[in-house]
Amino acid sequence: MNNLFILLLLPVASAILLAFAKSSSTAKWIALVLSLVQVVLTIPFLCTFVPDASVQFEQSFDWISSLNIRFHIGLDGISLPLVLLTNGLFPLIILSTFNKEYKHSFYALASFMHAGLLLVFTALDAFTFYVGWEAALIPIYFICALWGDGDRIKVNLKFFIYTFFGSLLMLIAILYLGQQTPNKDYEWSSFVALDLSEYAQRWLFWAFFIAFAIKIPVFPFHTWQPDTYTNAPTAGTMLLAGIMLKMGTYGVIRWLIPIVPFGTNAYGKIALVLCIIGVVYASIIAFKQQNAKRLIAYSSIAHVGLITAGIFAWNQEGLQGAVLQMVNHGISVIGLFLVLDIIKSRTGTITLSELGGLAYNMPKLAIFFVIIMMGAVGLPLTNGFIGEFLLLKSLYSMNIWYAAFAGLTLIFGAVYMLRLFQKTMLGSLDSNYVKVTDARGAEVLVLLIVSALVIALGVFPNSLLKLSEASVAQLIQSVKI
Amino acid sequence: MGAIITLSLLGILVLYLGLYKAKSLLLPVTLLGLVAALGFEIASWNKGENPIYNGMVLFDNFALAFSILCIVITGLILLLSKEYFRAISNNVAEYYCLILFSLTGALMVCSYHNFAMLFIGIEVMSVALYILVGIRKTDFASNEAALKYFLMGAFSTGFLLFGITLLYGATGTFDITGVKNYLISNPAAVSPLFYGGILLLLVGLLFKVGAAPFHFWTPDVYDGAPILITTYMSTVVKVASFAGFMKLFSYVFSPLQDFWTPILLIIIVITLFIGNITALLQTSFKRMLAYSSISHAGYMLFAIIALGANADSSILTYGLAYSLASVAAFAGLILVKRSNGSDQFVAFDGLGKSNPLLALVITVAMLSLAGIPLTAGFIGKFMLFRGAMADYHIILLVLAVVNAAIGIYYYLRVVVHMYFYPSIKGDDTVAVPTSFNIVLVVTLLLTILIGVYPDCIISLL
Repeated sequence: MNNLFILLLLPVASAILLAFAKSSSTAKWIALVLSLVQVVLTIPFLCTFVPDASVQFEQSFDWISSLNIRFHIGLDGISLPLVLLTNGLFPLIILSTFNKEYKHSFYALASFMHAGLLLVFTALDAFTFYVGWEAALIPIYFICALWGDGDRIKVNLKFFIYTFFGSLLMLIAILYLGQQTPNKDYEWSSFVALDLSEYAQRWLFWAFFIAFAIKIPVFPFHTWQPDTYTNAPTAGTMLLAGIMLKMGTYGVIRWLIPIVPFGTNAYGKIALVLCIIGVVYASIIAFKQQNAKRLIAYSSIAHVGLITAGIFAWNQEGLQGAVLQMVNHGISVIGLFLVLDIIKSRTGTITLSELGGLAYNMPKLAIFFVIIMMGAVGLPLTNGFIGEFLLLKSLYSMNIWYAAFAGLTLIFGAVYMLRLFQKTMLGSLDSNYVKVTDARGAEVLVLLIVSALVIALGVFPNSLLKLSEASVAQLIQSVKI
Repeated sequence: MGAIITLSLLGILVLYLGLYKAKSLLLPVTLLGLVAALGFEIASWNKGENPIYNGMVLFDNFALAFSILCIVITGLILLLSKEYFRAISNNVAEYYCLILFSLTGALMVCSYHNFAMLFIGIEVMSVALYILVGIRKTDFASNEAALKYFLMGAFSTGFLLFGITLLYGATGTFDITGVKNYLISNPAAVSPLFYGGILLLLVGLLFKVGAAPFHFWTPDVYDGAPILITTYMSTVVKVASFAGFMKLFSYVFSPLQDFWTPILLIIIVITLFIGNITALLQTSFKRMLAYSSISHAGYMLFAIIALGANADSSILTYGLAYSLASVAAFAGLILVKRSNGSDQFVAFDGLGKSNPLLALVITVAMLSLAGIPLTAGFIGKFMLFRGAMADYHIILLVLAVVNAAIGIYYYLRVVVHMYFYPSIKGDDTVAVPTSFNIVLVVTLLLTILIGVYPDCIISLL
């Protein structure tokens, strides 16, 4: 099956179908089945993909012809791993909600967000990209605010307005670029071919960068993230951290650097330094966290800071490492948040000072937690190692000090992750938790798949690296920095 | 022309029906008449090239498109009026008749070709509304609103007339083609009377659309008037006035762009900020919509300063999107007020659980007003911003974008109240009559349809 449009249409259809599925148990099964169908439909794409630098499965429809806007989608070596990530993680996220009683509207919103995410990763026309970008934001706002806890209303409003403001800045940049192209169209290829003035490139860089920096997030635009992640339902956090933030990093690779190369030359170093500051800053804050979910949220800032720094290094290892680490981070963060969710559901708390010794009663959970945690830390033979190695190598080829400071993430990551594991799983068992039950059913299945992926991608990273190699090489060559 | 005649006769017919106490016939006859008027408009599509009646009116596609929009929105509003007017007053026939007369005035404003016609159209549109705003004779707010509207309106019409007079003094004609020819033939020797005329005309028209700093009447008048009249005022009157505004500036005054563009730029910035910031502070949904309509007037002014190939269709699209969303929002407000007795945000608590469809329609309407993609409101904003970018008004766009972000806060407030707060009175389902359901579903479908495939509207002009 070669029709990319059908792959985009299926989540929309499931969203509409789920909106009318009244009972919550049928809704979750329908959602699971449809997301598995989506996975099955993605396999032909993976098999028939030729790992050269071309854009494949391209489709271009006339959308708003009076404004020269086309619905232009396609896959290349950089977007394919992200599409695989999105389609592959969705069944896992839905499975992780099986023990909760979520209404059908939850699954409808999640499917709608799925469609928006896919649209962002496959769009080759700026208007299409922007529509997908915003379309993914509305469902996640409702998911986090309706099924979250704590100060969810204020926190999510801040998240929405902050992100929306960033995307509006990006809209201005897109409008400007659309004005400059010869046909007044919004195609990516037309944007890249533009010869923009230096002054324009300076402010265009910031317009795009702020939008992406808020989404990723990059220090100092990260203040929305810890609160939103902590107050959101686990599935919501998985969607946010696992897939949605990759929209930002993908945007930097596809839409920021190729279109404003002079701007990147001028300000890329500042962006890179901000990323590295974020890595160190977030890791230090993660040390002190008592709330486990908040700890993972800060660790996520550190990890994606490294990914974004590697992108701005703009060399082969950096970009390939970034694409690989995007997939790796998505997988491991899903696993980590599921572990925390299981702990919360059994013990009722997620505060580190109140937990301890859970490994005695929950051995299966402990084993999976070790594997996933080591993947997040970057132990060799896990997926995190290859990604971090490539990214650090790319930073090293720019400047040894960048690599040295970014490399602190390896040490800091080990510290706070091991601390997290020790405080929750090891130590003496509190008398309140003697009766806790181990992970079971759907939880075990998801944890098993995630752990298997952590090890498989750690041992065979080339399966993913091979996909992006040629596209990355061609992209680097075509953009003169 | 057929539509204007039909509507005028229809108004008189409705008055007679009221005289003979045929109350149940009023709404069906009115709606039938509107359909007939619509038919006349559609039949004249692509047929008007020359002004008729001594150059008084021109029914080109521009005029027809806006007239059709006004008629359709009025039809939707009247569908909501089934039991409404009977609850407020005994003079039901007068309501329908006055709305029809006001609509006739709106059509005249859309299709004028002579300044005298512009004045007549604005006056016919407004005078009927002065009465309608105050029709709740025993309500203090309604009386105050009517008096404010009448006094401010009459004052601004004075400005309008004075401006037209100055233009006549400079050019010697009321015909807009004549005025345009005067500008083209004497580019260097434009009389100072002319500039004065433009400024005064601008004041008069800005008052009518509710742009700052002539917006002070808007919140009190919108708040005091009955909700359906507010809906009519904020949609049809605004759209028609902008059609007239657009035609005037893009057809007649375009050679003097360097003169009036800076003035309009400042007005747009003030309007956007005042509209958005004051809307933030409101606790009443009705008043919030009133203040936000000021900011929408600011957005629509974008099309005037950025006269390009798509300026006409961008105002049409934005007007359509804004009207649909407003009708949906006000319809929801009527239902909630009927059920809970208040138009504050807290009256909407728990609506997400008790009336999912109504809550969904109101949510989509708010998202459309805020400018979220996949809704018609986004397409409208996109086209307006695109037009502004064509003239590189980048700072203006950044300010507009800041305002759009501010707007999200108060548009999402009602969504937050609907979904995140439990209902005060328990699980009280709000009764939704069939006619309301039709209007709500139509606005929902149209908003999403135009958001996803707007070419059907954009290619009209």
